[in-house]
Amino acid sequence: MADAASAGGGRGRGRRAGLRLWLAGGWLLFMLAVALLAPWIAPKDPLAQDLFLGRLPPFWVEGAEPGYWLGTDSLGRDVLSRIMHGARVALLVALVAGSLTCLIGATLGLLAGYFGGWADILISRGIDIWMAFPPVLFSILLVAVIGPGLPAIILAIVVIDWTRFARVVRAEAMAQAAMDYVASARVAGRGRAGTLLAEILPNVLPTIVVLLTLEMGIAVIVEAILSFVNLSIPTDSPTWGGMIAEGRSSIHQAWWVLVFPLVALFLMVLSFSQLGEGLKDRFDPVLR
Amino acid sequence: MRLLRAILLRLATSAVTLAGVAVIVFVVIRVVPGDPVSMMLPPGATDDDIARLRAFYGLDRSIPAQFLIWAGGVLQGDFGTSITNRQPVLDLVLGRLPATLELSVLALGLAVLMGGVAALTGTRLRGTRTEAAIDVANGMALSVPDFLWGLVLVLLFGVIFPVFNISGRVTPSLDLPFTTNFYLLESILRLRPDLVADLLSHMILPALALAIPLAAIIGQLLKQSLKETMHLDYVTLARTRGYGENHVILREALPNAILPTLTLVGVQFTFLIGGTVIIERLFSYEGLGNLAIDAVINRDLPLIQGIVILFAVIFTAVNLIVDLACVALNPRLRHG
Repeated sequence: MADAASAGGGRGRGRRAGLRLWLAGGWLLFMLAVALLAPWIAPKDPLAQDLFLGRLPPFWVEGAEPGYWLGTDSLGRDVLSRIMHGARVALLVALVAGSLTCLIGATLGLLAGYFGGWADILISRGIDIWMAFPPVLFSILLVAVIGPGLPAIILAIVVIDWTRFARVVRAEAMAQAAMDYVASARVAGRGRAGTLLAEILPNVLPTIVVLLTLEMGIAVIVEAILSFVNLSIPTDSPTWGGMIAEGRSSIHQAWWVLVFPLVALFLMVLSFSQLGEGLKDRFDPVLR
Repeated sequence: MRLLRAILLRLATSAVTLAGVAVIVFVVIRVVPGDPVSMMLPPGATDDDIARLRAFYGLDRSIPAQFLIWAGGVLQGDFGTSITNRQPVLDLVLGRLPATLELSVLALGLAVLMGGVAALTGTRLRGTRTEAAIDVANGMALSVPDFLWGLVLVLLFGVIFPVFNISGRVTPSLDLPFTTNFYLLESILRLRPDLVADLLSHMILPALALAIPLAAIIGQLLKQSLKETMHLDYVTLARTRGYGENHVILREALPNAILPTLTLVGVQFTFLIGGTVIIERLFSYEGLGNLAIDAVINRDLPLIQGIVILFAVIFTAVNLIVDLACVALNPRLRHG
C-alpha cells in the first residue's frame, strides 16, 4: 500500500518495486549471516570491558584506537562487536516471535472468519478488548511479570500482537467463505475443515506472508523497546535496545554509542517493512 | 429510535471491553513474582509487620475477592493507594494526564498539518518529481515507528543541531505560576510567550516523533481520496466553469474527500496515545507513560492497574466518539 498505490501503473514502478524487494531481502540476508557468524567474525569480545579504552571514537575521528572500528562505549566495550552480537537477539526474536504470533493469530482468524457463530463472537470480543490496551505498556507489564529473558519477550509479543493477524485474516476468510468456489467445494463433498485448509487457506496465505514479514519488523522494535527500558535479557548478551539506552544517556559525550546501533536497528526495521510492502505488491493481482 | 438503540448497543460493547481489560490486567499482575510489600519495609521488619501491611493493601485475600474489592472501589472513583508513592492512585494519574493529553493533541495537530500539506501538495503537483518525492518520504515515514523517529530526532536536533530540548517538560529554573497541570494551555491563557516557547521547545521533538507515522498515513489516504474525487463529474464541471486548480482542489475536491481520512484519524489517534508510553520515556517527559513504566519497574500494582484502566478508558472513549461522529456526519448511516 505504501507508495505503490499512489505511483500509478507502468513498468517503471514494477522495476522499482523489484529493486526494493532485492535491497530489503539482501540486507536481511546479510544481517542473518552476520548474526550467525558473529562469534567468529566479531573483532573483539562484545562483553570485554577495559576502562582505559572507554569512549573511544570511531576510526575516522582523531583519538581512535586501531581495531575498534566503530569506537567503544563508556565501559570500553567494542561497539562493532556488540552490534554484531545484538543482531543475533534481534533476528532470533523476529523469526521466533513473528512465526509464533502468525501461527496463533492466523489460526484464530481463520476459525472466526470461516466458522462464525460462537467462535467468531469470542474471538472478535477478544480482539476488541486487546485493542483497548496500550500495546507498549502491556508488553512492558508482561515482561516485568514473567521476568526478563528471551522467552518472556517472545511470549509478550505473541500475547499482544496475535490480533494483527486475527483481525485481517478473519476478514479475508469471511470474504473468501462467501465466494462461489467455496460453495462448490462443499457441494463436491468436502468437509468444513477440509474446505478451510484446501480452499480458503491457500487464498489467504499471501496476506499471511505479508503480515508475517511486517510482524518480524515489529518484533525487532518491541525487543529494542524492552531492552531500552532495561527489561529485555540479562546483560550477558548485548542488545541493540540496551546499547541505544546507554547511548541516549551519554549522547553528549559519545554520539557513536547511540548512532551505530540506531542505524542497525533502523535498517533492519525498514528492510522488514519494505520487504512486506514489496511482497504485498507482488501478490496483489490488481496492483500488478 | 434506531439511532438511539445503536448508540446504547455501542455503549454496552464499550463497557464489556473495559470490564475485560480490568479483569485481564488484574489477573496478569497478580502473577508478579516479586512481593511489593517486602520491598516497602526496612530490613528489620518482622513477619508480623509484613502480614499487617499485606492485609492493609488487601493482598492477603484470594484473587477474586481482591478483584471485587478493587472493582467496587473503582466504580466509586477509588483506585486504591500507590505502594511506592503512598498517594491515592487517582490523584497521581490525574496529575500526570494533562501532560500526556497536551503532548498527544499537539502531535495530532502536527500530524494533520504535515499529512494534509503532503496530500494537497502531492495532488496539486501530480505527475511531477515533487509528487514522487512526497510518496517516497511517505513510505519511509510509514515504515519506521515513533520510537525510532524519536531517537533520530534526539540525534538531529538534540546533538547535531542542538536547537530543542531533549528531556523534561519545562525548564525547572523558570518561574512557574501554574495552578493546573495543563502547562501549555495555561501559559497561552496567561499570555506568557516565554513559557509557551520553553514548553514547545521541550514538546516539539516528542510530538514530532509521534506525529511522523500518523502524518504519513493521513497524507497517503487523503491523497488517494483526493485522486478519486478529482475524476468526479462535479469537479470537472467546476474546472470547465473556469475555476483555477487551487480552488478546485481546496473548495471542490477536499470537502468530499476528507470523510474517510477523518474516520481513520480517530482510530489512529489511539495508537498515537499508546505510543506516548515509550516516547515519554525516551524524552524524560513527565507524563502518564513515564509514570507507568516507573510503576511497572517498582511493581506498584495499584498504580499499574489505574494507569492501564485509564488508557483503556481513553482508547474506548476516542473510538466511541469517532463512531458516533461518523454516524452524525454520514447521512446514509444516520437513516440506515
